Amino acid sequence: MLLLRGIAKSFGGLQVLENITLDIPDRGIFGLIGPNGAGKTTLFNLISGMFVPSRGTIEFDGNRLDGMAPHKITRQGVARTFQNIRIFREMSLIDNVLVALTDTAQHSIARLLLPRHQGRTEAFENVSAMELLTRVGLADKARRMAGTLSYGEQRRLEIARALATQPKLLLLDEPAAGMNPPEKQLLMEEIIKLENSGLSLVIIEHDMRFIMGLCRQIAVLNFGRLIALGAPEEIRANRAVVEAYLGTDD
Amino acid sequence: MEWFSSFWATYSTLTLSLGTNVLLALSIYLTLSCGLLSVANAAFMALGAYSAAVLTLRAEVPLWIGVCAGAILAGVTALLIGRPTLRLSGVYLAMATLAFGEVVRIVILNAEQLTGGALGLNGIPQSTAWYDVALAVGLTLYVFLRLAHSHVGRTMAAIAQDETATELMGIDIRAYKLFAFVVGAGVAALAGALNAHFTFFISPNEYGFDRGVEILAMGVLGGTGSPWGAVIGAVLITLLPELLRGLGDYRPLLNGIVLIVVILYSPKGVWDLFAASRRRTKTVLAEPDSRTLTR
Repeated sequence: MLLLRGIAKSFGGLQVLENITLDIPDRGIFGLIGPNGAGKTTLFNLISGMFVPSRGTIEFDGNRLDGMAPHKITRQGVARTFQNIRIFREMSLIDNVLVALTDTAQHSIARLLLPRHQGRTEAFENVSAMELLTRVGLADKARRMAGTLSYGEQRRLEIARALATQPKLLLLDEPAAGMNPPEKQLLMEEIIKLENSGLSLVIIEHDMRFIMGLCRQIAVLNFGRLIALGAPEEIRANRAVVEAYLGTDD
Repeated sequence: MEWFSSFWATYSTLTLSLGTNVLLALSIYLTLSCGLLSVANAAFMALGAYSAAVLTLRAEVPLWIGVCAGAILAGVTALLIGRPTLRLSGVYLAMATLAFGEVVRIVILNAEQLTGGALGLNGIPQSTAWYDVALAVGLTLYVFLRLAHSHVGRTMAAIAQDETATELMGIDIRAYKLFAFVVGAGVAALAGALNAHFTFFISPNEYGFDRGVEILAMGVLGGTGSPWGAVIGAVLITLLPELLRGLGDYRPLLNGIVLIVVILYSPKGVWDLFAASRRRTKTVLAEPDSRTLTR
């Protein structure tokens, strides 16, 4: 479904990613791990179009994503969340979701200028937005300002907002960071529900219990290179991975 | 009606200026509300004023044709320069639009045949009536209020808060920015064209840096949270010098002080003071909110 072929990215003289080739399958949860600075988020930035790869191609459902404008990539069905949460803090929760949900085709100029028509479209969208907020357990706070939410809640709001774009592939960048154990447990259950609904997910995460419990396949990056790829038990036993995280003993 | 005619005899220019200043504040409100610091509005005002005045003076067309022509010319110009310049953000966009303003001023200065150059255009028919200005302000305010309460307003607020995140929600942020820039230019030109037809005389220096800053001050002072903020900003900036007439040469000084005080104590403008107090009463009354689905 998502095919990365020989991806490289450098910023000036700094080589951040080197020759990454990965197939991310049509369904299921794919893990992306590695020490800090390995290039995981850069890979997400390349897939979502924030950066253009220096070399290599990215293909999604048969369409080339590299070089495509970010908003068009989102419309192809690729949504993401951010490591450093990027919700609209000075908007209500429901407005956060509505920004991503609004189907511009439903809003003509006439509807814009005639309050009654606009009201009808909005009411319909509000229902969908509330459904999404219910899904991440934030419906009771729909009218609050997003900036007043706790860290974990903000991450959940970001997921709701990403889902509003109706993605086929969802990229989650450290979704469990800053969450307490019960919140993590809830998030895992929600992610499994998303998988069951036919979505495919790629998750960057440092919490090993979280990632090993969820993913069918895990890729490990270190210093911009792909050093391992396999099922959780293979990764756990892989010497190169252990060395990347803990170093070698001489 | 006697009091009205005596009032009008003294304050007609002030009242009409108030109207066109509201239009100018609304024009910059639109770009500010999607996070664009564009200061080209004085130049677009000049384009509107000059093209309308040249048409009514030389071709003797009715006012409304001149006004429409001015707004369209400014809109098309904005469309052309918007595509490249709106890639810039923050202070770089301000510099680019400032430069555009200088280009417009210098072109008007040198196109003497058409514009009268530095001497300006004299004897423009004083055909702007109070209802022309009222209609223009009313219509623009209505459309802007509708926009602000629609998905367009919401999307623009999102762009102002986090451009990248908005783009990654599948939104063509360049289209929204261009829309704000072009419509803002059209409204500024509308104000310029109407203004030229009650001041009798226009010259290039009216549309320079000072005017650009004044328009920006109206937008910032009032606040970008709502079109009403722009209205408040325009009213304050227009009326302050009149109310402070007794201060003579110190008036600009006090203008500056008022602006600094507002920016320090209510950085989102005067409008935010109203909005904040309304938010407080609302949360007290409506928490928990059971009517979340009917807005």
